[in-house]
Amino acid sequence: MMNRFERQVILPGFGPEGQAKLKQASVLLIGAGGLGCPVLLYLAAAGVGRIAVVDGDVISPSNLNRQVLYGEKDLGKNKADTAVRYFQEKYSDMQWTAVPEFITVDNAQAHIFHYDLVIDGSDNFPTRYLVNDACVLLKKPLVYGSIYQYEGQVSVFNVGSHPCNYRDVFPNPPAPQEIPNCAETGVLGVLPGIIGNLMALEAIKVLSGLGKPLSNKLLLFNSLNTQFQELEIHPNPATQTAIPTSWNEFHQRDYALACEGVQQLTWNEAMKLMGQEVAFVDVREPGEEPPLECTGLVKVPFSTLSKELDRFEEAEEILFFCQSGARSQKAAQLLQQTYPDKKIFSIRGGINALKS
Amino acid sequence: MPDQIRLKAFGMLAEKLGTDSLEIENPGSSEALRRQMLQQFPALQSLTFRMAVDRKIIHVETDISAGQEIALLPPFSGG
Repeated sequence: MMNRFERQVILPGFGPEGQAKLKQASVLLIGAGGLGCPVLLYLAAAGVGRIAVVDGDVISPSNLNRQVLYGEKDLGKNKADTAVRYFQEKYSDMQWTAVPEFITVDNAQAHIFHYDLVIDGSDNFPTRYLVNDACVLLKKPLVYGSIYQYEGQVSVFNVGSHPCNYRDVFPNPPAPQEIPNCAETGVLGVLPGIIGNLMALEAIKVLSGLGKPLSNKLLLFNSLNTQFQELEIHPNPATQTAIPTSWNEFHQRDYALACEGVQQLTWNEAMKLMGQEVAFVDVREPGEEPPLECTGLVKVPFSTLSKELDRFEEAEEILFFCQSGARSQKAAQLLQQTYPDKKIFSIRGGINALKS
Repeated sequence: MPDQIRLKAFGMLAEKLGTDSLEIENPGSSEALRRQMLQQFPALQSLTFRMAVDRKIIHVETDISAGQEIALLPPFSGG
């Protein structure tokens, strides 16, 4: 009987055995953005049996040039929920789980534990180091991909007889703000499309036993001259000291602080601080929606913040927020440089996180 | 050109160097190369990067011989 996998089942080297392995397999995707969307499209089409999607972010207009699962009607909706709903309608022979939250030191172990393979499609260093370390602790295969402007990197970690991980390449995160993100540098949608497809391919190889996965190799791609290059990764002695050696140590790590130099709070954590001697500062520009009004709220647009630093002389603790969490993080860094002794926080995800 | 090596720069390092490929005289070792690069391109001083010698990512000081290709690799986080 014809079925939707016929064309891959007849492939030499893949066959019904490869298909059965995919059907039995489970994948946890972290980040349903520019990389995550193509990863999901092809893993779902290939017939991976069980897929969970973790993402606390909501869809915004600037996502639509590359996050090809979403359209104009999805703006403001959670990415994990929206992606899972799309695939539940598309294929009836798979199990889907949406996890509409960000991965943290508190939930990583529980989420990752139940899956055969993890895919890192996130877009920031704290998440990448957190996911890497959790997968090393669980000895879980991790497909890694990332992009910068016109270039991409792909690798497979924790697979093979001398497995390597991301810290064998970069033992410690770069300094805060050293590497700008997509929002600051721009990205052509087709690049994460290519890198995400390579990640899906690596996942299929690891799960089905087909071919040779990119373990102990870092694949580099430059989209401007269409060149690929492969570098060998070898175990790095520095990894041993950089990586948490136990879950206890992992739970106590502050990945955002290590990578960004700013302590980030959720809205729930922020609410607990309010009412005390805390300056609560909205750094959005006038006119950004929705406006927020409450007692004790100070409005200092990010564009004029550097001229108004002396307004914060009195405050012991300062809590910044903006629309997405990016400007408030920069505001917190700026204030921390000016007032090294004050306790300064940024609210993760900003107003977008409050809405979802 | 008896003792030249080829540098290949990726990501932001290529931006800072103004090119993704460069031939230079062989400084002899990875550390000597790093010192020379930081001196010649002060913009690299604040950047994290790894080196690969003939496509092997290195973790310790490594001798470089004529004709080898050295990759300069920054971390990417985008997605």
